[in-house]
Amino acid sequence: MAQTSHGVGGVGYDARKRTWPAEFNVFLALVILVVIFELIGRVFLGDSFLFNTRSDVGGIFNEARLQIIILQVSIVGIIAIGVTQVIITGGIDLSSGSIVGATAMIAMSFAQVATVNGNPNPKAMFLAQGWTDLPVIVPLLVAIACGLFAGLVNGALIAYTRIPPFIATLGMMVTARGIAKWWSKGQPISFPTESFAGIGKGLMPVVIFLSLAILFQLIMTYTRYGKHCYAIGSNEDAARMSGIKIANHKILVYVIAGILAALAAVVLSSKNLTAQSGMGVMYELDAIAMAVIGGVSLSGGRGSIIGTVIGSLIFGVIISGFTFLRLDAYYQEMVKGVIIVGAVVLDQWRQRLRAMRA
Amino acid sequence: MSDIVLKTENLTKRYGGVHALEGANFELRKGEHVAIMGDNGAGKSTFVRQITGVEQRTSGQIWFDGKEVNFAGPIEARTAGIETVFQNLALADDLDVPSNLFLGREKVLFNLGPFSILDRKYMRKATEAALVRTAVKIPNLSNTIRHMSGGQRQCVAIARTATFASKLIIMDEPTAALGVQETAQVENIVRTLKDNGEPLILISHNMRQVFDLCDRIVVFRRGRIVANLRKENTDGNDIVSYITGAKTGEAELAA
Repeated sequence: MAQTSHGVGGVGYDARKRTWPAEFNVFLALVILVVIFELIGRVFLGDSFLFNTRSDVGGIFNEARLQIIILQVSIVGIIAIGVTQVIITGGIDLSSGSIVGATAMIAMSFAQVATVNGNPNPKAMFLAQGWTDLPVIVPLLVAIACGLFAGLVNGALIAYTRIPPFIATLGMMVTARGIAKWWSKGQPISFPTESFAGIGKGLMPVVIFLSLAILFQLIMTYTRYGKHCYAIGSNEDAARMSGIKIANHKILVYVIAGILAALAAVVLSSKNLTAQSGMGVMYELDAIAMAVIGGVSLSGGRGSIIGTVIGSLIFGVIISGFTFLRLDAYYQEMVKGVIIVGAVVLDQWRQRLRAMRA
Repeated sequence: MSDIVLKTENLTKRYGGVHALEGANFELRKGEHVAIMGDNGAGKSTFVRQITGVEQRTSGQIWFDGKEVNFAGPIEARTAGIETVFQNLALADDLDVPSNLFLGREKVLFNLGPFSILDRKYMRKATEAALVRTAVKIPNLSNTIRHMSGGQRQCVAIARTATFASKLIIMDEPTAALGVQETAQVENIVRTLKDNGEPLILISHNMRQVFDLCDRIVVFRRGRIVANLRKENTDGNDIVSYITGAKTGEAELAA
């Protein structure tokens, strides 16, 4: 039998079979949304949404608006980076908003100054112990430890007791919120050191958000960790058969999500110069919504950090757009809801279309 | 003895009182392609599950590659060189072809624990080489396999076994769910493996396929090996009689 009698193998590149990256569609949606706001603004308000119309400031674009669009989604965006990884592995994390609350309270307690205007800090948690005016690394490490611990509990519950991630993280959501309230008996914790306040100053949240987004986009694309996230979300049995240690991986994913939520807490409490037990309420759902709008599939295996970043920008554009059109905040919520559901419906529709074409 | 790749002696598996496999004596030599046939529930898949470590045998011994083995799980068996193509494809739909080929044993550039940087160029090259070696044609390497045909997916699963220097390939009904053309494609791959001298155990219900691809046919019936025939010494009717139990006896077991 001739060696080459069984056909030619290899890769027969077929340009028609090339697929667009899913992020392209999400980006297109963002552009369309901006164009809609621009048109409505031009027609009804005689103002531009995107471009600079004032003669007293320079630049082509309305930079103040662009900054607000991204600034207001940066903190939830940091959470969404972690939530995206959780969803890609086929899980869900409902606890991130409460982790923000609890971490903000605990971390801020280690970031307080001793004296305010010459008087002892009235809100100081550890004044008696002398734990005031600590270097900024201390509250930062405390925050990371909080996020790590919460994520470890989430991950261990999911990996070892095999309860659904929805339930495990729901439990953490309620518990962490309780911790946030218990920590200072409901009192806000204020007056951080100058260096701590610097973390969330000005456009720092944007810088932190985008740096983390780039870092994790690279990790998801180029490392074994990222590859295994997609593999587990895509086909957990296949991943197990292939020798991937599912339990360890899941714990790591929830730990990373917890740490990112904790970092969001640091940025948020630093930006607000105070920590309150009600901080971060509903953030988990906003973060999930950003991921879903960005094309992350709730059934796992599909999506990317870039998609989530674009999803968060869509979020930001909607909020800014409604303010720009001077519409009530109530409408924002309603439209946000419609867009979340619409994004999932569109995505499934697109998937089915592709399946039919193939 | 040295050319024996796999040998089992008195391999037995009981699920409670059910004797799924009774005293199976089996041998596979280098470069040999052996078919396992038998009715549903005859013990074919049970036999494979004992060899690949998916289940733990009740009694009996297994030698693989000259050593007695005791696999605790499928991963151990795979590390030892037994690659299995499962009936339900063990592939991740949302990953592309190279990622599936290297799933769980990615080649890394820098070892940083879980955050090790993948050597994507190497894996792509190795994938192309594996596809050429197995004569598998795939439209685009970087597409996810979700939208590939059943045949293409099965081919990817088989190419995976060929990527790694495996000592034994086991296929559990690789063409059961495939169309005519796709079946032909998979059969071509099996022939390529034969040319390359890679030993194979093929579980199949397809008589034509078995006679086309294999050197020897082992028939299971009610948990026992009832026939072990070289394909030159038998025909379809003969095999069917063994499968259905119309013909019994272990007269030709020494073949």
